Amino acid sequence: MQDVYIIGIGIHPFGRTDGLTGLQQGAYATRQALADAGLEWKDMQFGFGGSDSAGNADTIVNELGLTGLPFINVKNGCATGGSALIGAWQAIASGQYDVGVAIGFDKHPRGAFNAMPAEYSLPDWYGEAGFMVTTQFFAIKLQRYMAHYGISPASLGRVSEKAFRNAVHADHAWRRAEVDLDTILNSQMISDPLTKYMFCSPAEGGVALILASEKKARELGRATVRIKSAVVRTRPPGSFEVFAPSIDIERGGAPTLLASKAAFEMAGIGPEDIDIAQLQDTESGAEIMHMAENGFCKDGEQEEWLANGWTNIDGRLPVNTDGGCLACGEPIGASGLRQVYENALQLRGLGGGRQVPGNPRTGYTHVYGAPGISGVTILER
Amino acid sequence: MNGTAIAEGLFRAAPEPTLIGGRDRASGRQVFPCPTDRERWEPVDLPRRGTLWSWTIQRFRPKSPPYTGPEDFAPFALGYVELPGATIVESRLVDVDFDALRIGMAMELRLVPFTRNAQGDDILLYAFAPVKEG
Repeated sequence: MQDVYIIGIGIHPFGRTDGLTGLQQGAYATRQALADAGLEWKDMQFGFGGSDSAGNADTIVNELGLTGLPFINVKNGCATGGSALIGAWQAIASGQYDVGVAIGFDKHPRGAFNAMPAEYSLPDWYGEAGFMVTTQFFAIKLQRYMAHYGISPASLGRVSEKAFRNAVHADHAWRRAEVDLDTILNSQMISDPLTKYMFCSPAEGGVALILASEKKARELGRATVRIKSAVVRTRPPGSFEVFAPSIDIERGGAPTLLASKAAFEMAGIGPEDIDIAQLQDTESGAEIMHMAENGFCKDGEQEEWLANGWTNIDGRLPVNTDGGCLACGEPIGASGLRQVYENALQLRGLGGGRQVPGNPRTGYTHVYGAPGISGVTILER
Repeated sequence: MNGTAIAEGLFRAAPEPTLIGGRDRASGRQVFPCPTDRERWEPVDLPRRGTLWSWTIQRFRPKSPPYTGPEDFAPFALGYVELPGATIVESRLVDVDFDALRIGMAMELRLVPFTRNAQGDDILLYAFAPVKEG
């Protein structure tokens, strides 16, 4: 296996863009990534890409050029972007190709996702009765976690406060105005204990990453950011996932635990070696739980971490430096690649007003989603 | 409670409201509802009482489809109830103030009218309510 570098990054701003399809936002991101790499579309030897609800990624050749390249569509829920990256990474690591692209984009209707039972192999009554609502799951998992480990509502608020503060400096973020802690805590309750400002929203956006072999990256003078690991894992027995009419009394692991462990093993480093982390923050409690699930602290320690600002830009482990899903929204197919984009940007020192100080060398990304899937990447400069 | 069950095979109304789960014939693992593959899963009555495992309040009307509850929406409680020795079941939580919900509280099964069909008949759904003392 040869080393693989991220030599170009591009993003279409997240949020709402009425004039463009999801695919066109993916094409925009791809053009930007190509320009960043100093390459053209015809230089791409292959592509991997996907969206959850904005169509087949391979039709992007209509936008970018009919070069005849092999293009693999990826559809893997919240791990769609991460899976496209894995495909592209393996295609180069195996020695088959020298340079290619991973693309993720999406465009969702406003409001909560309306999943249908049949899509998840569930009976119709489960949706008819009002259980087919993702926000319920996050709130229920969090409610138990908070009771068990002494996490306060104030900590939930601090996560959101940090997200919006970081996003002020992120051009691609959607919600870029600071919101104070009292406003967050006292805003409309959506699903207890989570208020309006503690949930991310479905959104739109596109991200593209150009990957290259070490030889190609050096030729282009772009051998800066290297992929140390990229993994996806599904759920183990006894995990607690969205849309579960029943769960086992004997509690087990979680897909994030598996993905995190595998990624660290592959990279040959541990949580203490990570300088920046982008963690799935579907809601503010998810970021808190995922801090522990990914090994960055013990269950319950998040209370102290957040009170002391240890996940701020200038903290011991900056988390969600561009505001995460809370500030960027969640276009499912693009969200995981946004995290990788942000880390690549930070490792190159291009974070601007949100740049993590101290020349960070390692970046960690983590996505989690239905029906119990998690993707993790580790980048190194 | 008169009415039509929201789906067949989920629960029995008489002699007492009872949820019907499934037991894996090989491993003994119990789930709810009972999967349709009867070679692997056998129907089993689940305990009628348990303890609240976790909860939340649904404060906005879920999207339709798939939701078929009344247009006139009122927030409702839901969560998971651990049925000892069996499984942990997701359920509506009824007859309880939202402020009184506590993890670990004793709960028991009820059947409740969930909505009405076009003929005006009650559609019944299972739910859990706090066990009344005494």
